[in-house]
Amino acid sequence: MTDSGNDAQHAADGRAIETVQLTRRFGEFTAVDRVNLAVPYGGIIGLLGPNGAGKSTVIKMLTTLLKPSDGTARVAGFDIVQAPAEVRKRIGYVPQLLSADGALTGLENLTLSAKLYGIPRAERKPRVAEALRYMGLTDSAHQLVKKYSGGMIRRLELAQAMLHRPAILFLDEPTIGLDPVACLSVWDRLRALNREHGMTILMTTHVMDEVDELCDVVAILHQGALAASGSPAQLKAALGEAATMTDVFAHFSGGSIEAGGGYRDARQTRMTARRLG
Amino acid sequence: MNSPMDFLAKSLAIAEMELRKLFRDPMEVFSRAVQPVLWLAVFGQVFSQVRGIPTGNISYLAFMTPGILAQSVLFTAIFYGIAVIWERDLGVIHKLLVSPSPRSALVFGKAIAAGFRGLVQAAIIYLIAFAMHIPIRSNPSAVFGVLTSVMLGSAVFSTFSLIIACIVKTRERFMGIGQVLTMPLFFASNAIYPLSLMPEWLRAVARVNPLTYLVDALRMLMIEGGQGAHSLVVNFTVLGVVFVLFVAVAARLYPTLIE
Repeated sequence: MTDSGNDAQHAADGRAIETVQLTRRFGEFTAVDRVNLAVPYGGIIGLLGPNGAGKSTVIKMLTTLLKPSDGTARVAGFDIVQAPAEVRKRIGYVPQLLSADGALTGLENLTLSAKLYGIPRAERKPRVAEALRYMGLTDSAHQLVKKYSGGMIRRLELAQAMLHRPAILFLDEPTIGLDPVACLSVWDRLRALNREHGMTILMTTHVMDEVDELCDVVAILHQGALAASGSPAQLKAALGEAATMTDVFAHFSGGSIEAGGGYRDARQTRMTARRLG
Repeated sequence: MNSPMDFLAKSLAIAEMELRKLFRDPMEVFSRAVQPVLWLAVFGQVFSQVRGIPTGNISYLAFMTPGILAQSVLFTAIFYGIAVIWERDLGVIHKLLVSPSPRSALVFGKAIAAGFRGLVQAAIIYLIAFAMHIPIRSNPSAVFGVLTSVMLGSAVFSTFSLIIACIVKTRERFMGIGQVLTMPLFFASNAIYPLSLMPEWLRAVARVNPLTYLVDALRMLMIEGGQGAHSLVVNFTVLGVVFVLFVAVAARLYPTLIE
């Protein structure tokens, strides 16, 4: 799990994420429909699509929380169905929901993660301290997380997800419900994790500014299938000279920004927004 | 990676954090003390006068004291799963499940924490029993036996609760099922009347009810002159086997909480 170990793997198979005909059905409904993705190490990838397009389902499968109905995927060089434990050692995940425990302090949350990821006892303290410092949370380490601001909680969750130095970081709408200043602080840390620690980052988002700011590559899902992929500049250029990411999004999601989602999605999004806001 | 030591270390990590939360907000545990006081001080006092219940050579109040301790353990542990549903709605479970920890360690850790919660109930019952002059065995090995039984019992029923939570997945349904289960489990046991008084069908149910074995162990260990229907070895074996089985099932179901 060392950095050099990651490098060795980079050389060995060259792909951080590779999906082949990845499919997930819930009863009659096909949430993810034969998606093929090939993501090289080192970039920041945005997964876009209207509510209900299957973004979260893709992330759940890639993080081994959900088994695919069909197709395969390799993450960090390991098959998500055959070797989920190997995948889990090499990834970090920040769910859209609130994953830090509000009844514990920031330090306790991180210590729990350190133990669950099997970081050796001698390394635990310095690693936790380093993660706190990196995320600008050293002064609030002993505060209960329920007293944290939304931006602090997200940064703590990032600290938890980076503690074991994963090769790949998965983020589900990392800035949902955050005010603009908190957004900037999260973007700044994501960029730093990508550049300084060489982490590959795959994130879902609805914020087109975020795509322009962070993403090297985007993949747009529509009704479970891959509608388009490429760099933001390529996608915009293909649409016309003055096209924005919003135009690209609207074009490839069938102009249906309003469609999909429904009550459950809306409830979940609002809950998250309320807790972090 | 998945050595027994690793499994234990991760279970203890979960248990430690659960207990830290409990110490920070112990209100709930103590509010659960009210019910056993009512059962012993009101119900027990009145039924002691009946003298129609064969309780061997001990008073009815002494007979039912371990039963009320077991009840208190059951009623607290059976709602333990609600915390998991809460954690699911928040997203904490997602974070735990993407870690390389074995699922069984996540479940076992929670059971350890529930076991320690049970000790509070034991302390409360000891206090009440002491105040009511119920003949309690006070030698250290007996007390140790009681505390061990209580921890094991709490672990069994809290893991059962976890299984229910994994199946029903919402708070409303969980509360409904919890309410429906507690009383039958309590009445279909030897907590407040001996197995010998039961009609055959009820005795059959009581025999497969883990609570019966918990009460039986507690009755022998806690009460001066208390007698059990089974040996301690049988009681502990049944509770232990049921616990391992429940942990295995809960570990299988745990990931389905977030699908």
